[in-house]
Amino acid sequence: MSAPRKLPRWADLGLLPLVSLAAALLVSCGVIALLGESPVQAMRLLVSGAFGSPEAVGYTLYYATNFIFTGLAVAVAYHAGLFNIGCEGQAYIGGLGTGLVCLGLGHLSFWLVLPAAVLAGAAFGGAWALIPAWLQARRGSHIVITTIMFNFIAAALMTYLLVNVLINPGQQSPETREFAAHAWMPAAGDLPGRLGAAFATSPLNLSFVLALAAAAALWVYVWRTRWGYELRVVGQNPAAAVYAGISPGRITVVAMVVSGALAGCLGLNELMGSQHRILIDFPSGAGFVGIAVALMGRNHPVGIVLAAVLFGALYQGGSQLTFDLPRINRDMVVVIQGLVILSCGALENLFRAPLARLFGRVDSK
Amino acid sequence: MMKFPRLLLVLAAAAAAAALHAAPAREFSPAIVYDFGGKFDRSFNQSAAEGAAKFTKDTGIAVREFEITNAAQREQAMVQMARRGATIIVAIGFTQASAVERVAKQFPDVKFALVDGVVDLPNVQSINFREQESSFLCGMAAAMASKTGKVGFIGGMDIPLIRKFALGYTEGAHYVNPAAEVFQNMTGTTPAAWGDPTKGAELARSQFGRGADVIFHAAGATGLGVMLAAKETGHLSIGCDSNQNYLHPGSVLTSAVKRVDVAVYKAFAAAKAGTWRAGQTVLGLADEGVGFSLDEFNRALITPEMEARLMQARADIISGKLKVSEYRAQ
Repeated sequence: MSAPRKLPRWADLGLLPLVSLAAALLVSCGVIALLGESPVQAMRLLVSGAFGSPEAVGYTLYYATNFIFTGLAVAVAYHAGLFNIGCEGQAYIGGLGTGLVCLGLGHLSFWLVLPAAVLAGAAFGGAWALIPAWLQARRGSHIVITTIMFNFIAAALMTYLLVNVLINPGQQSPETREFAAHAWMPAAGDLPGRLGAAFATSPLNLSFVLALAAAAALWVYVWRTRWGYELRVVGQNPAAAVYAGISPGRITVVAMVVSGALAGCLGLNELMGSQHRILIDFPSGAGFVGIAVALMGRNHPVGIVLAAVLFGALYQGGSQLTFDLPRINRDMVVVIQGLVILSCGALENLFRAPLARLFGRVDSK
Repeated sequence: MMKFPRLLLVLAAAAAAAALHAAPAREFSPAIVYDFGGKFDRSFNQSAAEGAAKFTKDTGIAVREFEITNAAQREQAMVQMARRGATIIVAIGFTQASAVERVAKQFPDVKFALVDGVVDLPNVQSINFREQESSFLCGMAAAMASKTGKVGFIGGMDIPLIRKFALGYTEGAHYVNPAAEVFQNMTGTTPAAWGDPTKGAELARSQFGRGADVIFHAAGATGLGVMLAAKETGHLSIGCDSNQNYLHPGSVLTSAVKRVDVAVYKAFAAAKAGTWRAGQTVLGLADEGVGFSLDEFNRALITPEMEARLMQARADIISGKLKVSEYRAQ
């Protein structure tokens, strides 16, 4: 009997998630076969739907952009020991900030609108997270509960604003007028030459680059600055943090505001990049997917970007699947996504021990 | 800025290429995009699905379908349908208006029909319903059937379309009984409000508790909970969009029917026959686009006097003698 061995680092970070993913897809294949469709064809459609053409890649990365923002938001709160379930609401309110800037300043130059829109999105999203953070820090109200409730308050507020105040007059749909063209995020289709032409029909836009920049900035913040060190100390041991002269209350507030600000950037992609107006329920669950993305990405920016691309691929490939195979409906796509989350997140340790044993055998030879 | 015209140019080129590619030997190929509620909401989207199914049954032509799960998919689905040679694309629900507008511009040769919204383009037919008229009649029926003089309304989300239902219903109730009290509740503020029967049942119970004895729902699948609660507590409910009388015979007073199925079927059939026209189509009581349902399941609940009064009001609304106000978004 040998004690459970540790996996080599590359296997822990690279191989284990792949094995989990493969297992999830294998189970999905079984369900698809039960539905009477060919699993092989379905998997081929899923992959080619997500990566088969520049347009497909464009859509995949477009969805991934949303998930990078919300995944980073969940991760930064997690490092401070906080579970932010309110990304959906923070993204919604952040989008309001971005949208108001685009509506108000859209006639100016894009290079003026962009920083204002980023700041407004981050400020609105951060402000929305500030209230639960303050309640946690000062009154001890549990952040999980308050952030969930703030999702509903955000939805109620936005519905009120879109139905009664911001609605474009003379129409049924609760959405604002279209932003002026200067407030549109440059799309991948605007790139010169063949690259632009290839992406012309996808909603991929500059926000993807901003999301990657945010991931890089977050890495520097959490692992290379004193503030990030304080954040992690509080997350790992609040008592030790107090002993070291760090105020957990202050860190709670800072972490949540940064988290809300990141989630608030979702509007850059969804509103400025694609819809070009504020519309009802535009985050469509991306805030919750962010939790899964952060979990799968082990709360590390690189992992989050990869997990976000995976979920983007599932979204895009999945919609292609329902489009081409009539017997597979959108609920089946949710089942596939759920299986991936279950296998990569909750059942992570299922394959750890067998893999470790395998490596142990190879080593001992 | 220079890049936007270029984007348009690229889009136009792509659209032209797609059109050229699809043009030869184009068969008649209908397509339909449902909204968040999904194909089986037993209400609005399902009614549309029934129209599409009937078309397939009558002609043997398959209809390509798509149910969306997020905002970006609306446009994506329509573009794909157009590229794969769809002749006519029907979009269900007001939320699809902006997507229809964009895609219709990209594919000027493809016909589009939008239900519950208006897009003013030469290749788009906008189909709308006078929901206030059927809601008015249901309000009358509710007030006539009510013993307490209190009736209820439960909507899905608080959006202009649902306020339109609520306003017509309230006016109808007051037309019969000026002193009638009308309770109004909206289920929620997210699209989940269209699919939450549990919450629908809770709201219904609370309205019954306050003395209401008839409740009209305009809440998609949430309304199923409203109707179940009415049955369980021995009260009456009024169905919406599809004819829902059969769900709980004896407890569903009537249904405010909105013939989305007919609209979808007609759009497909007209496009096939070559008689399809762009522009606005508004369907009211006069066109039998909306109405209240009377069948073997609710026959016993609607007395001959009630029916006579409803028919009279119906005729008066059609002739213009009786005016029902329409909720307008400011």
